[in-house]
Amino acid sequence: MNITVRVWRQKNADDKGKMVTYGVENVSEHMSFLEMLDVLNEQLTLSGDDPIAFDHDCREGICGACGVVINGQAHGPQTTTTCQLHMRSFEDGAVIDIEPWRAGAFPVVKDLVVDRGAFDRIIQAGGFISAPTGSAPEANNLPVPKEDADHAFESATCIGCGACVAACPNGSGMLFTAAKITHLGLLPQGQPERDSRVIGMIEQHDHEGFGGCTNIGECTSSCPKGIPLDTISRLNRDLLGALAKGKA
Amino acid sequence: MATIQTAKRPSAKRSTVALKYSMAVSGLIMLGYLLVHMYGNLKFFQGREKFDSYLEGLDDILYPYLPHEGALWIIRIVLTAALVVHVYAAVTLWRRNKAAAGFVGNTRYHTKQNKTGVQRSYASFTMRWGGIILLLFIIGHVAQMLPNWLSPGGASDSKYDRVVNGFELWWVVLLYTIGLVAVGFHLAHGFWSALTTLGQNHSSTRRSSRLTAVSIGLAVIIAGGFLTVPFAIFFFGAGS
Repeated sequence: MNITVRVWRQKNADDKGKMVTYGVENVSEHMSFLEMLDVLNEQLTLSGDDPIAFDHDCREGICGACGVVINGQAHGPQTTTTCQLHMRSFEDGAVIDIEPWRAGAFPVVKDLVVDRGAFDRIIQAGGFISAPTGSAPEANNLPVPKEDADHAFESATCIGCGACVAACPNGSGMLFTAAKITHLGLLPQGQPERDSRVIGMIEQHDHEGFGGCTNIGECTSSCPKGIPLDTISRLNRDLLGALAKGKA
Repeated sequence: MATIQTAKRPSAKRSTVALKYSMAVSGLIMLGYLLVHMYGNLKFFQGREKFDSYLEGLDDILYPYLPHEGALWIIRIVLTAALVVHVYAAVTLWRRNKAAAGFVGNTRYHTKQNKTGVQRSYASFTMRWGGIILLLFIIGHVAQMLPNWLSPGGASDSKYDRVVNGFELWWVVLLYTIGLVAVGFHLAHGFWSALTTLGQNHSSTRRSSRLTAVSIGLAVIIAGGFLTVPFAIFFFGAGS
């Protein structure tokens, strides 16, 4: 298949940047989206142009490194990571717009690469959990209801790719933060620091310049891990509880 | 670079989530008032005498424990405070969200595709500009309630007659309908959003939520309930 891509090109953080159009020929429909970009980059390198910078690592949909906005949708038309999106999702002759995650808290480094360090700092602000060191305890001494374990695990599958922020019209990092709050808040090991964790993470979230949640759910529809929307309500509940106890 | 912890952070009490709490609570207070207000409006269908005596009775709620009009003044002060908090939170969040969205010039994403998102509701698009329409409607509506100051269709000592006089004019019915449709959209997203903000959503997606259905139902009941009176007057000649 032959396609046309319009890609956001920006030399560095200070460059203004613009959309540039390229044609890509003989694309196999079995290629992943990133492989298509690899082919384009080979073309660009051979013609002496600067290849397009984009983040990627495992290419198996589990690391969270890759991610671009394709035709206005974070990770493109399928609910998966960009590396697991295949060219068969597009028509022959399609014009595909590729842009970086847009958010005040995710400044563009180059082309499609953004700095997602803000997510690391939110996790850091959540602090530690009190867990005894030494040999592993007997697992059955600490019963966890099946439903809680499932829900906690579901939230823990968040890979921090940032699609939720890119999809949110407010540039809010609430789904990411809520996933972290939920996965520890549902487990017994997460209880001692539950209040300080939500306060620290929300303070850092806002300090990084992420926007607020308007509960429209665009984040969940783009999340490759299917983090559910009720995690945000759980975060709100936890913060309300922590503030009511005067912990802020 | 990624793990440098910045020293001074704004308090969680001033966070976007805390602002949303104040927005949710003030919104729910105004919603509660709307329900009572609608109940009062529907008394129109009991006729002039009952409607006017109901309205006069409002002046003496809890009399003699409260002075004449005492309860009304408490309600007026609480509602004004709720409105001020609601608008302040909305404007503050609107500005923060705009700054957070990462605009490049005037646009965020340059693509022309998928501009309206994937699963968000139409009502959610109307919150901000619809909210401004509502604010103008409320200001006009309150001005109209001042004794015989702004009385389209003709003033009267009978509030029943003022209602009928006003709603016999097509442009009054039109403005009122625009206001009430704005209320409906605002509630269809707002009630869901308020309860979610207060931690009461337990469903995994926006669309599957039972709260979504309840919000839409509530919006239809309130907008429809308020609109029965002007429509009955204008289209069916009620009260004349």
